Amino acid sequence: MAKVIGQAIKRKEDPRLITGEAKFLDDIQLPNMAYVAILRSPYAHARIKSIDTSKAAALPGVIGVFTGKDFMDINPLPCAWQAGGVKNNVNTPRVLEPEKVTFTGAGVACVVAESRYIAEDALALIEVDWEPLPVVVDAKKATEPGAPQIHENAPNNIVMEWECGDAAAVEKAFAEAEIVIKQPLINQRLIPTPMETRGCAAMYLPYTDEYTVWITSQAPHVHRLLMTAFVFGIPETKMRVISPQVGGGFGAKIFMYPEYPLVAALAKKVGRPVKWQETRSENYRATTHGRDHITELEVAAKKDGTVTALRVHTYANLGGVLSTVAPGIPTTLYGRLLSGAYHIPHIYCKVWGVYTNTGMVDAYRGAGRPEATYVVERAMDLVARETGLDPAEVRRRNFIRPEEFPYAPADNILAGLKYDSGNYEPALNRALELAGYDEFRKQQAEARKQGRLLGVGLSSYIEICGIAPSAWIGLPNQGWGAGLWESANVRVHLTGKVVVTTGSQNHGQGHETTIAQVVAEELGVSVDDVIVQHSDTLGTPFGYGTYGSRSAAVGTVAVYNSLQRIKEKARKLAAHLLEAAEEDIVYEDGKLFVKGSPDKAKTIQEIAAAAAIGYSLPKGMEPFLDDTAYYDPPNCTFPFGTHVCMVEVDPETGAVQILKYVAVDDVGNVINPMIVDGQIHGGIVQGVGQALTEGAIYDENGQLLTGTMTEYAIPKASLMPKIIQDRTVTPTPVNPLGIKGAGEAGTIAATPAVVNAVVDALSHLGVKHIDMPLTPQRVWAAMQRN
Amino acid sequence: MFAANFDYYRPATVAEAVQLLSTKENAKILAGGHSLIPAMKYRLAQPSALIDIGRIPELSGIRVEGGKLRIGAMTTHAAIAASADVKAHCPLLAEAADKIGDQMVRNRGTIGGAIVHADPAADYPPNLLALGGSVTAVGPNGSRTIDFAGFWTDLFTTALAPNEIVTEVTVNGYGKGTGGAYADLQHPASGYIVVGASAVVTVANGVCSKVSLVIGGATPNPVRASAAEAALTGKAPTAENIAAAAALAANGISNPIGDSFASGDYRVHLAKVLAKRALTQAAARAQ
Ligand SMILES: Cc1cc2nc3c(=O)[nH]c(=O)nc-3n(C[C@H](O)[C@H](O)[C@H](O)COP(=O)(O)OP(=O)(O)OC[C@H]3O[C@@H](n4cnc5c(N)ncnc54)[C@H](O)[C@@H]3O)c2cc1C
Repeated sequence: MAKVIGQAIKRKEDPRLITGEAKFLDDIQLPNMAYVAILRSPYAHARIKSIDTSKAAALPGVIGVFTGKDFMDINPLPCAWQAGGVKNNVNTPRVLEPEKVTFTGAGVACVVAESRYIAEDALALIEVDWEPLPVVVDAKKATEPGAPQIHENAPNNIVMEWECGDAAAVEKAFAEAEIVIKQPLINQRLIPTPMETRGCAAMYLPYTDEYTVWITSQAPHVHRLLMTAFVFGIPETKMRVISPQVGGGFGAKIFMYPEYPLVAALAKKVGRPVKWQETRSENYRATTHGRDHITELEVAAKKDGTVTALRVHTYANLGGVLSTVAPGIPTTLYGRLLSGAYHIPHIYCKVWGVYTNTGMVDAYRGAGRPEATYVVERAMDLVARETGLDPAEVRRRNFIRPEEFPYAPADNILAGLKYDSGNYEPALNRALELAGYDEFRKQQAEARKQGRLLGVGLSSYIEICGIAPSAWIGLPNQGWGAGLWESANVRVHLTGKVVVTTGSQNHGQGHETTIAQVVAEELGVSVDDVIVQHSDTLGTPFGYGTYGSRSAAVGTVAVYNSLQRIKEKARKLAAHLLEAAEEDIVYEDGKLFVKGSPDKAKTIQEIAAAAAIGYSLPKGMEPFLDDTAYYDPPNCTFPFGTHVCMVEVDPETGAVQILKYVAVDDVGNVINPMIVDGQIHGGIVQGVGQALTEGAIYDENGQLLTGTMTEYAIPKASLMPKIIQDRTVTPTPVNPLGIKGAGEAGTIAATPAVVNAVVDALSHLGVKHIDMPLTPQRVWAAMQRN
Repeated sequence: MFAANFDYYRPATVAEAVQLLSTKENAKILAGGHSLIPAMKYRLAQPSALIDIGRIPELSGIRVEGGKLRIGAMTTHAAIAASADVKAHCPLLAEAADKIGDQMVRNRGTIGGAIVHADPAADYPPNLLALGGSVTAVGPNGSRTIDFAGFWTDLFTTALAPNEIVTEVTVNGYGKGTGGAYADLQHPASGYIVVGASAVVTVANGVCSKVSLVIGGATPNPVRASAAEAALTGKAPTAENIAAAAALAANGISNPIGDSFASGDYRVHLAKVLAKRALTQAAARAQ
């Protein structure tokens, strides 16, 4: 039988999506449902003196109007991942802010009405008496003397000061360095913009005191746990959380948001099912943003291009209040990755997490790793520039060599973990070959003579996937304080059909297909005979959800482990039925037979039936093929690759056109190459978006100037040429499937590749750096300055 | 995203529409709805009544009369872009229409709605002004024509009276010896222009006998680049002459619009660059 793993089979989830049969949150209609609209603060920093809801409450069709004062019995949201080993000055949102708001878009009141239209009409009738307070939006300025103070428990607006690496060793390396480069870098704030906005629907049964809550969630079990145990203070068994079809998340749908406990509490208060679906304008203000770092990069290097030390100081803007895992992102997932693909002898990173009067910032596709990769990959190009070496050569000279794996980055910045496996140069070479790098360099020189500006940029990234060993992420000095294992249950039903339930959550990644492929491969059944169920806390084992490129490298490994035990039991049963010794049973292509007698085989379907019917089982064997596995990975996985971007810059307008884009990625073994290519493809476009078009801008009053999709420029298809993709395969030794993970690689790699290309195009004009997004005006201005 | 309440009327004739517009309080004409409905969903516009002119047959269609195009106000961008008459008599207008938004927007949005909406970043106004022509408006006291040159009066504001309806747009066509071109830089999010330059150039005996150049996007309403027009008129359309003229393209622009994506200075710079490109292409097409 042909291998199923590695086949580009079509996705099982697509027919329902393409035909519109899939049900998203806003499709949920319950009998007698009421609708919620939320009044959000127009001020970035203000005290609420009073709220008069009487006019709104009097509007026909309004069921109830509520403010923060009505929910003082509900705890503020938890900040579940604080920066490890240091004090975090934590302030989190309440379901509705009762006293003070710290960013525009914070909810302060809500209306429940017979229709959303009536609810919106009523919002306009709520009268809030505001006392505006001074505003600060820039993370660095917020820490300076005299800046407006946002929270009493956070002097100078500092959430936490965190560091990793060896400051003294770095200091020494800089003192001895042949070359020292300093470069300020801004990694701008991004708005995740999944196609579907967030939403929540809830139903409450008073006699059993039970909630059913539908959430646009990447992690339904985590949402249930946080909402019950932390926010409401009730047993998690009193709530069922269902994540319906979810239209993308990019990280922003992991977190606990005020609206979810609010909607659940409203269902109880008004005694009717209620629903709230976010508008896009709300989404841009009230859903988490990503990135937003102000960084001072310092590189020490030798004249031969080898980097001897990195020193990185970063102000991470975390917004007006902390989202669920906000402090963990710019620390564990950022500082610990600053060695990139390179053997850098000494590294030091210091991070200030900062409150400002802006929207919450948390994990967004890549989460910390794109920021780290941007720093490292810009550093490599700056070294190339300074030494006059080719950027590809600088990367080669600094790469960690294959024989150095498992590799522990310098100064214990990775806190005890080691890069699992890697072979970086072949991916670089293949990318250069596909891109026609040498030829392009000649064209570039030719074009410059005619006043045309061509540029090429590289990005040889690594990332950290398969998050994460509980013994690492759960340690107090990493801060998460929870395991990040995954679970799976496999049942082979009487007819031989297989049902897998998983704690992972599928919101575009294709779990229903890839997990079915692993089952089909292992059990020798058809992919069509496997159903993967997920996203409902009723009926799935606990899992931490889908993010951090962990569902293949952690979640699917749990499935794999379960399958091994199912197979073992099937073998035992086959031995019993065939009256042979277990050691003599061969399991091949879905058939179990005694070695040498394949003609007298039992199919797995027959074995499943025998196990289910159960009248002839070996002594002590329980009926049914059913197994649950919990898999805690021993290490993270470290995918890598090289992307090459070629651009032409319009010398008169500064507009950038991408001529060619090549991606060679190594994500370990691949279950479904079409899905992996698609993940990387989409990720690349998102990364290009950050480089060229995206950027959330708050004015000095804390108003979001990019508050709609007319101003905030997510990338369009017309921005991209056809992406040329290839891969190398370096399996990870971390898990039995050899899978590393592919969900974020594209986003991580693309951004620096594009920026490096544009800077390369202008290098002969003296341009060394341009901050993102590289809009025509910024590129044009950089040309004027030099 | 949730509009406030409004009444809805669907008149069958222009007279009925004018009557409704004059009598219903806080009423607005609904054409393609592609500017008005988004504004209502943001509750930036809260009309009490919408008068849908989409079912008035005489408001749609394109005729050619004496070298001019007469285009009904309800004619969609897509219809203009695809019209053989427009392509034959005024290819620049077809090109401009084809650049608006995306296919869905072009299928619904109308020329009447676009010019009345008077968005500073809209594509039609600079091109219409460069081509020349007029707007026909009907009010309670009958019909009048308003030259394009006097139609756009301020940001999102026109010379139209509150009780008037645009019924037709008349655009000068052009033929052999004349070329038109439109060069723009688009905002990556909205797709609207940041700056656009529209040029119509007639070349006779090797010189530019007539030059029309209009810049949109840099100011609340499109502005004619008179100094650049004068500089090129009577000259050969050489690269140097065009560059020299284009350098004057922003002379009429004071107080340019500026925002976080493109400052006023940058827009002034773009006006010159895009003017050069539009003039170059228009002159090439004229020959
Ligand atoms: C996603 C998107 C992208 C777009 N991109 C572009 C672009 O790139 N370039 C561009 O130029 N435009 C763009 N537009 C705007 C588009 O061209 C609109 O169609 C146009 O601005 C308005 O035309 P409408 O027929 O939809 O008018 P409506 O939205 O129905 O009306 C607009 C205004 O004009 C009034 N009005 C309409 N018709 C008449 C009439 N006959 N007499 C009197 N008053 C009238 C209405 O009362 C209203 O105030 C875009 C729109 C969208 C939604």
